[in-house]
Amino acid sequence: MALLEVKGLSKAFGGVLAVQDVGFAVEAGLVYSVIGPNGAGKTTLFNLITGIYQPTGGEISLDGCSIVGQPPHRLAGMGVARTFQNLQICMNMSARENVMVGAHLSLDRNLVKAMIRWPTLRRSDNALSDRAGELMCYVGLDSYLASPASAMPYGALKRLEIARALAARPKLLFLDEPAAGLNPKETAEIDALIRRIADQGVTVVLVEHDMKMVMNISDRILVLDYGKKLAEGSAAEVRANPAVVAAYLGAHHA
Amino acid sequence: MKRLAMPLLALILLLLPLVLPNMYYYDLVIRMTINAVIVLGLNLLIGFAGQISLGHAGFFGIGAYASAVLPTHFGWHPVAALLAGAVATALLAALVAKPIFRLHGHYLAMATLGLGIIIAIVIRNETGYTGGPDGMAVPPLAIFGHEISGEREWYWVFAANLLLSVWFCRNLMDSPFGRALRALHGSEVAAQVVGVDLARYKMAIFVFSAFFASIMGSLTAHYVGFITPNVADFFHSIELVTMVVVGGMASVFGSVVGAVLLTALPQALAAFDGWETVAFGAILMLFMIFLPRGLVPTLAARFGRGE
Repeated sequence: MALLEVKGLSKAFGGVLAVQDVGFAVEAGLVYSVIGPNGAGKTTLFNLITGIYQPTGGEISLDGCSIVGQPPHRLAGMGVARTFQNLQICMNMSARENVMVGAHLSLDRNLVKAMIRWPTLRRSDNALSDRAGELMCYVGLDSYLASPASAMPYGALKRLEIARALAARPKLLFLDEPAAGLNPKETAEIDALIRRIADQGVTVVLVEHDMKMVMNISDRILVLDYGKKLAEGSAAEVRANPAVVAAYLGAHHA
Repeated sequence: MKRLAMPLLALILLLLPLVLPNMYYYDLVIRMTINAVIVLGLNLLIGFAGQISLGHAGFFGIGAYASAVLPTHFGWHPVAALLAGAVATALLAALVAKPIFRLHGHYLAMATLGLGIIIAIVIRNETGYTGGPDGMAVPPLAIFGHEISGEREWYWVFAANLLLSVWFCRNLMDSPFGRALRALHGSEVAAQVVGVDLARYKMAIFVFSAFFASIMGSLTAHYVGFITPNVADFFHSIELVTMVVVGGMASVFGSVVGAVLLTALPQALAAFDGWETVAFGAILMLFMIFLPRGLVPTLAARFGRGE
């Protein structure tokens, strides 16, 4: 059984069909990429699966259980984590606290215990602070361990989002354009980072524009165009698919 | 600085009675500490969680009138009345929080404003119990057979109360609960995807903050000995929000500084003789223009480290 299974998924915004009858399955442990031209519905697809939007129709199941209609905070409890294309960093907090909040569900959230500095709560919070530091080093943010989030450059914030997502110890990680706006060197580093994450057994679903990176690290690729599934397969299969070439380069090239 | 702040506050509160020349100043300092505690609770909601309440005086009013009405008309023990007021306030806050927190920004401000006004109207109109606009006397507060009376005794009650509240708030904000609150202020969608149930957290902090206000309402009523519906008034709510903003959003010590300054300012401006409201307004405007983040966060940023 696949970890994530999507069947006949559709989403309409008014009269616009952003996603139409899309179906695919992601096996556990793989790096699965979703590509397509601008406006193909990639981010909408992410938002549907992670519960930010409700689908107009179709079925999404995680580990065989339907997750349609589950709010994002419930999905987090089921092992789903994600990052955002347009950064969603809490600028009112330090970088480390941003990572710590990623582990929200594994913590004692009791209000009264928090107020009186309950010893076990303090201890687990201190341990979390250390782990957040380790995660920041893991994604390459060693030099920002004591920074406020608002003092960090764009590329570092992209990594911070990944560290926050990892703090939840997810089994399914959605990365929405982790390399967007990064220079080639940074892109290569993110590329290596994603590989390392996948090697640890986290299933990664990726939306990305950087073709070199996608072809490099993906085990399977889904191609969307105008909200519809155009092709699916390994990097080599997708590259050889005439419909894909046509969508990217225009029909007369095919 | 951060570590020294608590002992410093304790030291100031401890030494203050040595320099307070007379009861007028005692009373002024007590009012400062009362406001500081309410503002602390309100800052949790406004500054840390990024929500707004323009009806907090209403919650204060419920506490104050619970402590006046229940012992006077029903023979309740003042401590039971205080607790009943606080629990009733929390329940009311929880009841209205559900529909209110579907709203954002201006709408949320309007909804809480309406709630505060309704509470004030009820207090003003239930003349049989509350004495209406004329107000009513509040029986003294006795704990373990000792009746708290006089400014000197009340000072220690409110000073201890303030210190405890500061400690509570600082602990709370540096905990998983507090981080979740600050996260939903920073980015609601980010908080959601890491598992924060937005509605629950907003409701929890609203209820908590209302509970705080109600207890302070009760204590204040006992201290003052006579209350009028003005305690639940809209202007009182605005005054409290102003203290949060001037002192500094999301700053525990900002709350204390804001409450101290804005409680003292009208007294200091009394010399302006009729123009004090104008001077008060002008000073607030200058604050907003030059220190938009509030006093304590701005100063902390300027001198390097801070809260």
